[in-house]
Amino acid sequence: MDGLVAVVKRDCPTCVMAALVLGELARRRGLTVYTQDDPSFPETVPGRIDDTVLDVSHRLKIEIVPTLIRLEKGREVGRTFGWDRGEWERLSGIAGLGEGLPETRPGCGAKNVEPGVLERLKIRFNETGLKSRRITLGEEEDEHDAMFARGWSDGLPLVPPIEERVLRMLDGTSRDPQEVLGLVPPDLAPATVEKIVINAVMAGCKPEYLPVVLAAVEAVLEDEFAMHGVLATTMFVGPVVVVNGPIRQRIGMNAKGNALGQGNRANAGIGRALQLVIRNIGGGRPQEVDRATLGNPGKYTYCFAEDEEGSSWEPLAVERGVAPGRSAVTVFAGFGLQGVVDQKSRDPDSLSRSFAESLKAIHSVKLAPACDAMLVVCPEHHRTFKEAGWSKARLYEELYRLCEIPGDELVAGAKGIAEGGPASLAGKTVNKFRPGGLLIVRAGGEAGMFSGIIGGWSAGGARGSVPVTKEVRN
Amino acid sequence: MTVLLDPTSERSPTIRPRLPRPDSLDGLTVGILDIAKARGDVFLYRLGERLSGRGIAVKHYAKPTNTRVAPLPLRQQIAAEVNLVIEGLSD
Repeated sequence: MDGLVAVVKRDCPTCVMAALVLGELARRRGLTVYTQDDPSFPETVPGRIDDTVLDVSHRLKIEIVPTLIRLEKGREVGRTFGWDRGEWERLSGIAGLGEGLPETRPGCGAKNVEPGVLERLKIRFNETGLKSRRITLGEEEDEHDAMFARGWSDGLPLVPPIEERVLRMLDGTSRDPQEVLGLVPPDLAPATVEKIVINAVMAGCKPEYLPVVLAAVEAVLEDEFAMHGVLATTMFVGPVVVVNGPIRQRIGMNAKGNALGQGNRANAGIGRALQLVIRNIGGGRPQEVDRATLGNPGKYTYCFAEDEEGSSWEPLAVERGVAPGRSAVTVFAGFGLQGVVDQKSRDPDSLSRSFAESLKAIHSVKLAPACDAMLVVCPEHHRTFKEAGWSKARLYEELYRLCEIPGDELVAGAKGIAEGGPASLAGKTVNKFRPGGLLIVRAGGEAGMFSGIIGGWSAGGARGSVPVTKEVRN
Repeated sequence: MTVLLDPTSERSPTIRPRLPRPDSLDGLTVGILDIAKARGDVFLYRLGERLSGRGIAVKHYAKPTNTRVAPLPLRQQIAAEVNLVIEGLSD
């Protein structure tokens, strides 16, 4: 292909304006014109070529129409886009082009780079760079049933991970698709960005959620989180994801009414994507390596945002070392929600005692230290501490003090309950929590004096699972 | 035709393998399914007798007609009650 090549579309006013010039170049210089939308355009060029399938446009990497390209011996030696008299004259070698036209006029976006179209072209030209195995379903096979049958589902329908959706999801990150974020237990299979992206598609995520999903996966794969144990334990736990920072609002997460409940796509999708990563990449499935006796509904998805606005307390991620204004996730091995109903306390002493009594019941009133816990303080309860000038650090301090339990109450057999510790606890005091084993976040609707406790895993601390905070990267 | 990207670590084949054949029938329950083809019942009844004679638990089932797939309740009952199934496919 030698000479001049132009790519145009009728839907572009600049292309329409330049139609006479295109005709002149075709007559005088043998210009080849490819048209992206209407094969009858431009009428000024009888030999125009239909490129409504956009293959030539894609191969020429057209981004703007009109684009004028000069080729010599099949190689591109010059290119201009939009109407620019000087550039068109230089490329064509003809002076005085486009009499009466303005000197320059910007072009329009090319059809081959429109969202959805570019993905299809990359797939057709095998340029996606995606390495995952392709699974072709049978003509009569229902795609939803096919995914269940292959064991990919958590029990709910999945969004089919077709290549177009996977490519669009990949736009949510600048990371390389083959970057490995860690090894996913129990199979210790590499968590590539690509595999995580496929699972995020299935979970129903939007591309803008992806940085949060990737940070959550990175966090649970840190050794101190002990994801293998969190999965394999007979206890209730699964990863709970708390999101802090500006990304909460950018992707529309819910930190307010029903923050821990259903109905928000970002909350639901991020938590579900993490679980699907464990299931599909790691091979972690119930009644196999996941030996949970009961499990908990949060093992479908358990993700929420902290309500930082209006809080007098530093956000969880800031407390854990992330700079204010940065986005981060914190993962915690937790289960369910134990409500703390207190509608009468109006001073922080009473309310903290109320919290402590409920905290002491996690797992069993007879066990201490029991497990880590996350206390989710609702806005109306938080107000009581705010008005009294209690910092978060003060509340931590008071709760640890109030969670000291007389060993006599914990001894096996005490209170008529066989569960409990050795007789040597008698006369001593034992704390319900290890130092650092309590996390406090603020979330929930404006009305209701109902906070909540997310219980942890019995093997809290270094022998078990330690909460991990990771900054969200794009 | 739908093409999906595999979300797994690709350690198992894309086509689900058949369940392995048991090494022995000891302790297993065998279902015998008569699909309602002519004289299939005679053959399958005799087969059931011989299995029972070897001390193997046997349960008999019958499809209402060989021209339709087995009704869902029957398939669920068989899946819940036995470990393997023998059926006569033709007369």
